[in-house]
Amino acid sequence: MTEADFDFLRALLHQRSGLSLSQDKRYLAESRLGMLCRRRGIDGLSTLVQALRPGTDLLLENAVIEAMTTNETLFFRDRTPFDLFRDVILPEKLTANAASRTLRIWCAAVSTGQEAYSLAMILDEMAARLVGWKVEILGTDISSEVLEKARAGIYSQFEVQRGLPIQMLLRHFRQDGDKWQVSERIRAMVELKPHNLLLPNSHFGQFDIIFCRNVLIYFDVPTKAKVMAALAQRLTADGVFVLGAAETVIGITTTIVPDKSHRGLYRESRSSNAQSAGLGLPFDRTRTPTLSSVRG
Amino acid sequence: MKYCLVVDDSAVIRKVARRILEGLQFRIAEAEDGARAIDACKGEMPDAVLLDWNMPIMDGYDFLRTLRQMPGGKRPKVVFCTTENDIAHIARAMHAGADEYIMKPFDKEIVASKFHQVGLL
Repeated sequence: MTEADFDFLRALLHQRSGLSLSQDKRYLAESRLGMLCRRRGIDGLSTLVQALRPGTDLLLENAVIEAMTTNETLFFRDRTPFDLFRDVILPEKLTANAASRTLRIWCAAVSTGQEAYSLAMILDEMAARLVGWKVEILGTDISSEVLEKARAGIYSQFEVQRGLPIQMLLRHFRQDGDKWQVSERIRAMVELKPHNLLLPNSHFGQFDIIFCRNVLIYFDVPTKAKVMAALAQRLTADGVFVLGAAETVIGITTTIVPDKSHRGLYRESRSSNAQSAGLGLPFDRTRTPTLSSVRG
Repeated sequence: MKYCLVVDDSAVIRKVARRILEGLQFRIAEAEDGARAIDACKGEMPDAVLLDWNMPIMDGYDFLRTLRQMPGGKRPKVVFCTTENDIAHIARAMHAGADEYIMKPFDKEIVASKFHQVGLL
């Protein structure tokens, strides 16, 4: 791949998806886009770039973004965020939202669905405490390919053995040969939609909990700040933000700050549970009533 | 250092499992069938058992039922590791007192994940 072609692809990926591709990731671009070329019968990377340059083939642009996006995920990945969800966040929200009896959760980079279904399984096992509640889990991802897999909810034997307790496999999956499908009940708890984190998101409404794990690491600092700002606008005043274990808000935003008691959780800086309340510059947000804009 | 008994009639599987579990800081003993595994447990009750299903003399299911009836306060964690990958076998194993279940083939990540889930790591 020529320098000019690589520069073009870097600019395209950054502009369209926020992905920050450093010079040392050139091998990754050559490998993944090389596979894309072979799948589509394109005779090389320079031909691919030539086809992209006019900026008119949006489907091909999407295919390039999908090929360059890392979609690795697991059920109950890193475990702690899910323990915190069950033991800290949910009890807090069940008290705080007792009047409205609504709970809205957004998995902002849901990939092939394991994170959203892990949350749904936890909620299903607490069903007795959620009688009469309206609980919504929205899962979004930039890649329509991974969303298709998430919708099907079919996973290999390897995928269901990494992080998923066997009792949950027995309770919530149906076996079909060497594949395992998430039960219809659990799948029905999760709504899946395509969404680019750089684009407007107000149509999704407000959320009590936002999971956005292991995606910011692929962005440069200005893009991280932009994405965090956009997500923060969707968080209710006492909402909880969950980032990946290797991610931080330091140097990116002062609007979302670490929870003072629970590592890995973040809150709006004005929240009483925020570590550095008062240090941030809260957004001038216009709150829409919870659930008002996403039905249908 | 926790002690794990690897029970499998395949020497290759025992070798692979030993390598993985030693890497996870376990002390390892091996048994090639359920009867030898019971003898090993009478000598020293392990903290964990990685257990195959189909073996000569005494299979993994009968071993587990015998183990759970043995006197003494120590209740080792039992993780099945077998090619019996259908839901009926899994349910039967859990009902008999297994703590986790690995469907072969397996790798280090799966073993670590399952041992973590039952509190061994």
